[in-house]
Amino acid sequence: MSDVTVFSEWRDQPLEEILYQCRELAEDMDFPTVRRWREAGGKVLGHFQVYFPEEIAHAGGMLPFKVRGASVEATQADSRFGSYLCSILKTSLELALSGRVELDVFVTHPICDAARNLAAVWGRNVTYPCQILYLPQNANSQHATEYLRGEYDRVKRTVEAITGGSVTDAALRRSVEVFNENRALLRELYAIKRDTPWLVSAEDAYVLTAVGGLIPREEHNDLLRTTLPLIRASDAKQQDRIRVVFEGGFCEQPPLDLIRAIGRSCYVVDDDLLIGLRWILDDVPIDGDPLRNLAEAYLEQSSYSPVQHDLRKPKEKMLLKRIEDSGAQAAIVTAAKMCEPGLEEQVAYTRALDQESVPYFVSEFEENMTSFDHLEIQLETFVENLLFE
Amino acid sequence: MSQISEEAIVGRGNKDGASLFRDWFRELTTAAEEDRRAAYVFVMGSLCELLQTFDLPVVFPEINSLQTAVRRVAHEYLNEAEDYGYSPDICGYVKADVATQLRRGELPMGRIPKPAIAVYTNACNTYIKWAEIWERMHGAPTFVIDVPGSRADGAKTWQGDQDFENDRRYVLAQLKELITTLEQLTGRRFDIDRLRETMGHANTMHRGWKRVLELNRSRPSLFNALSDGTIYLGVTNCLKGTAAGARYFDDLVEEMEYKAARGIGTLTDEQYRLIFVGVPCYPIFRRFTELFTESGGTFVNSTYLWFASGGSNLGYQYDLEHPLESLAEGLLVSVRDAMDSMFFQTGVLTDMIDAYQADGIVYHPIKSCRTVSTGLADNRRALMRERDIPSLFIESDMMDRRVVSEAQLKNRIDAFFEGLAARRRQAAISNP
Repeated sequence: MSDVTVFSEWRDQPLEEILYQCRELAEDMDFPTVRRWREAGGKVLGHFQVYFPEEIAHAGGMLPFKVRGASVEATQADSRFGSYLCSILKTSLELALSGRVELDVFVTHPICDAARNLAAVWGRNVTYPCQILYLPQNANSQHATEYLRGEYDRVKRTVEAITGGSVTDAALRRSVEVFNENRALLRELYAIKRDTPWLVSAEDAYVLTAVGGLIPREEHNDLLRTTLPLIRASDAKQQDRIRVVFEGGFCEQPPLDLIRAIGRSCYVVDDDLLIGLRWILDDVPIDGDPLRNLAEAYLEQSSYSPVQHDLRKPKEKMLLKRIEDSGAQAAIVTAAKMCEPGLEEQVAYTRALDQESVPYFVSEFEENMTSFDHLEIQLETFVENLLFE
Repeated sequence: MSQISEEAIVGRGNKDGASLFRDWFRELTTAAEEDRRAAYVFVMGSLCELLQTFDLPVVFPEINSLQTAVRRVAHEYLNEAEDYGYSPDICGYVKADVATQLRRGELPMGRIPKPAIAVYTNACNTYIKWAEIWERMHGAPTFVIDVPGSRADGAKTWQGDQDFENDRRYVLAQLKELITTLEQLTGRRFDIDRLRETMGHANTMHRGWKRVLELNRSRPSLFNALSDGTIYLGVTNCLKGTAAGARYFDDLVEEMEYKAARGIGTLTDEQYRLIFVGVPCYPIFRRFTELFTESGGTFVNSTYLWFASGGSNLGYQYDLEHPLESLAEGLLVSVRDAMDSMFFQTGVLTDMIDAYQADGIVYHPIKSCRTVSTGLADNRRALMRERDIPSLFIESDMMDRRVVSEAQLKNRIDAFFEGLAARRRQAAISNP
């Protein structure tokens, strides 16, 4: 299926047009690329935030589609849930109930108390299989890799049952190579953000990353291979803005307008937006057992988030490291409304930042929020205080 | 049994349960005063059987927190935690505990020791985030026993299946690692014979708890699953693996069999047999139950008695010849069952409706607990497709009285009973 092209609008276009097309795609709530993939006979595996070993779906010839909520009204999904919930759960289900996205299988994870309910809720409302991938929450167990290898094997069998084909080790290795290249390109994009943030706006970097969850990785690699040199060659000039890290976008995503608003007064030099697409930090080895390599990479070569417990990665220390590594002057510590892990982590983050005298700006967001005036004024005040201190 | 007077046996479970609970808490207060440290655990997968072999007092922060609500002081604790920085939108149990820690363990019932270690499963994700708070506050080591649950509705695997075996090996490996950690922490060698002893007591308790729940199929029901059941639940958790806990459940079975044989129920006139889904409304605990009993409704069972007992309702019997392997399997199977009764509960409820001849279902999702509450509205829709049974859906909280409106609850509950009565009248007309 990898010879099917689902996103061609950007090809042979200048940089501004490429970025415009990426924004259009990222904000298109009819998910045209998924539809085109299906129309070509392809099957789709939808996986909820934060991380999923997409290589396994890819090796089976499926399109791994990142389910990350949407800017839609949850008219049908609302009645399936209680009142005190984050938006992403509702809008994600809405995509399925409204038929905006058709899947062949849906996988969620026990990342939080709300999301672990999704497989059950989703499964009661659609006809295709819905299941939970139990990523290990005891990352420090010597047996965690072995367990996860077995869990990945189960996912592989699920993919095989849906596609009717066999997912061979050779196919998995080819997929790992594709995704290794993808991760390397995303690292390069983030290096540009960090080293020369005036060359790429926060929102453009975001959409260039986000479209990866909507199209085959080969196409995403093509897009990034073409675009990154154009960005580097841009003649944009450095401006007097403070360098910030944005933290709190690991699951529900802030609206693009909010990222744009932040970008108007700050250089976002690092963030945890869509961290699942960048979860594995280095190349996954090609040699050996591919499922074991993927399992080991998840545990041993990975980023951090409030929804993974690993004694080696205390979240507040990881945030301080992210700030230090990116040369940020301040942090924007956000959480999605009603996001329990995010809200709980905010306390640890702000206390650690206080201790280290790192300035920070705290806020909450919702993917469907439409008014940013108040927040933007507060942020501008925060930035001015830092600039004129 | 015939020699025991009715006065001595009926209500014994409630009286003894409350007494055991007070004794247990008194011991915790003594431990705190002597500056001894405790193991902090949770109700879903407490591993008391193992922790007791290292003579660690066990603290159940969930139970401490709900006690602040029952004793009507939860708002003081919640406010304190919110002043510290915690959002109004997170779990109330966590916040009450944060304030408890800030108050150096002080609670209305006494005082709890500081943690020597926190041992918890992933049955609730908030357990994990909660333990991270203790890690930061006290520098206490934390140990998560990751127990994979069912991957999909009806997709449970069993012995011999490669996925079940993968899970079982994982849980067993973690238990062995925990034992090493506990040996290092306490300076004691692990004693497998003591484990056999505590697991034997747990076997008695599991067997008893399963039997007690089954006996409530009697008409009239023998205990109210919401009020009386919560007392029994407290013993199930706090005294798991102890001789006193095992004896209590032997006695409780005896009491329930006595009542069943004589038709002694909880209400003088049991009108409606109800099933409760969710977590009780602790800020108005007694009144909440009365809102139902005043109209002749009694709760014959609840998912709460299943999941909040960590799946002890299954009655899992450990194989004492192979204690560690069996502890791993028992933990896996029981905690998985607890999770299923929260996430995949449609089958659980249809079985309960039939077995307990229920007249109605009461869903009580709460603001504080997304684990339990997230899927309840959808589950209700699914259940209504499967069974023609009246249901009530009321939202409030287990801790936060700011989101508990007694008047609104009463209106809804009264209307529910009117519907039940009308339905019964209609049935009588249709089937004279």
